[in-house]
Amino acid sequence: MLTDDSQCTKKTPLYPTHLESNAKMTEFCGWSMPVQYPKGIIAEVKAVRDSVGIFDVSHMGRLEFEGPRSQYFLGTILSADLMALKLGRSKYNFICNKDGGIIDDAMVYRVGDERFLLIVNAGNTDKDLQWIASQPVDDSGCNMEILTNKTAMIAIQGPQAVALVDEVTAGSASKIGRFRIANVSFDGCDATLARTGYTGEDGFEIIVPADQGSDLWSHLKNSGAVECGLGARDVLRLEAGLPLHGNDISTCTNPYEAGFGRFVYTEAPDYVAGDSLVQISATDHPRLLVGFKMIGRGIPRPGLRILSCLSDENTSSLIGTVTSGTYSPTVDGGIGMGYVERKYAEVGNEIVIDVRGRLVEAEIVKLPFYKQF
Amino acid sequence: MYPEDLKYSKEHEWVRINGSIAEVGVTLFAQESLGDVVYVDLPEVGSEVEQFAKFGEIESVKAVSDLFCPVEGKIVEINHKLVENPEVVNLEPYGAGWLIKVQLSDSSKLDELMDAATYESTLE
Repeated sequence: MLTDDSQCTKKTPLYPTHLESNAKMTEFCGWSMPVQYPKGIIAEVKAVRDSVGIFDVSHMGRLEFEGPRSQYFLGTILSADLMALKLGRSKYNFICNKDGGIIDDAMVYRVGDERFLLIVNAGNTDKDLQWIASQPVDDSGCNMEILTNKTAMIAIQGPQAVALVDEVTAGSASKIGRFRIANVSFDGCDATLARTGYTGEDGFEIIVPADQGSDLWSHLKNSGAVECGLGARDVLRLEAGLPLHGNDISTCTNPYEAGFGRFVYTEAPDYVAGDSLVQISATDHPRLLVGFKMIGRGIPRPGLRILSCLSDENTSSLIGTVTSGTYSPTVDGGIGMGYVERKYAEVGNEIVIDVRGRLVEAEIVKLPFYKQF
Repeated sequence: MYPEDLKYSKEHEWVRINGSIAEVGVTLFAQESLGDVVYVDLPEVGSEVEQFAKFGEIESVKAVSDLFCPVEGKIVEINHKLVENPEVVNLEPYGAGWLIKVQLSDSSKLDELMDAATYESTLE
């Protein structure tokens, strides 16, 4: 039932803290990570929705690009309009290959006039670095530094996150607007604080020097934050309708069929995926990513088949596949996402999930499943 | 943690014998490994189960696992309370969180199960 994590080589600076807290550890993309703490996933999800939870996200890739040509160079790789990205602001975006397939999804922050921070998925960091290194464009005037191992990153999420982070940053947190980033001070050390996250709640992600990670974690925990693992993180992001790369998006999908065309800007000079994405955006996508809620009893899981509703002739056909699914404590039922054929992809349509041979009715709903803002 | 009056299977189910009726549930180890149980799929009353065959499914937030029957016979009762309150499996795995009751067809097969000490030693 549990993955053996003894073979993992990569550990975050918070690894000893997780063991002390009796977290259940699991292997995730080569990292030994907490999947849940003793209180359990449901209690952790509720803490984030009702008060505040903390997550170790130090496994995520943190890349810094600096120099007079950094905006140009990143513009050839990311789907974001960096010219329009002002100092201290962030933008969700995709790293696409030449065909418009999604290598990774990322957050880009402008942290200086000629300096950007790029946060990528842990499991894709190496692929992203390979992709970046393989670009034919001139990268002089743009230096990249990998900050992942030098720093720890903690997400603080929930309605009480602002008050809590204000406490540890001498009131800096409440001065930072949503999706903004700023330099702050924690315990005399420089820290980077972004008001972003992956839960659908207000909250922050803070980057501190690696050796400060445990102190910050303990401080937050002792101030009432509930420790949360990857299990709760997956439930929260799905409730918020946020995609997980490897499940809902991949090199075999493009941003438009996933419903994220609004995060694609194709006009940047020499943008590697520009031509493909322009072409894709002008076509009718044969399948679309939808969210659905179970009507009957059952929990959708990735890989399960999606069928059309029974017709008058008592037949139904295969129309898609579940890409993410779980039990949602907030909705109190099974929720999921998956690709379905375009003509079935309308909100309100009934579909059927083949739960290992048991056919269970579901309804396509508007994403997100949960909205705080 | 592992009551001595119960028998155990290597698939982490327990059996409580009352005459010819066997009550079946999952062990403390199983519920702790699963995490929060949110769904239990049990068979129809009246159906027959073979020893160590799959008889249902148990799902936590994270994953689904098969349930394997440690005894052989006819299912005479299922725990309907788990439909609305599956978390009882976590709270009282040896009590209110029982799953099914089976009319034993061959009680000699109970010999293939483990006592508490033997079962606990397999968890090391």
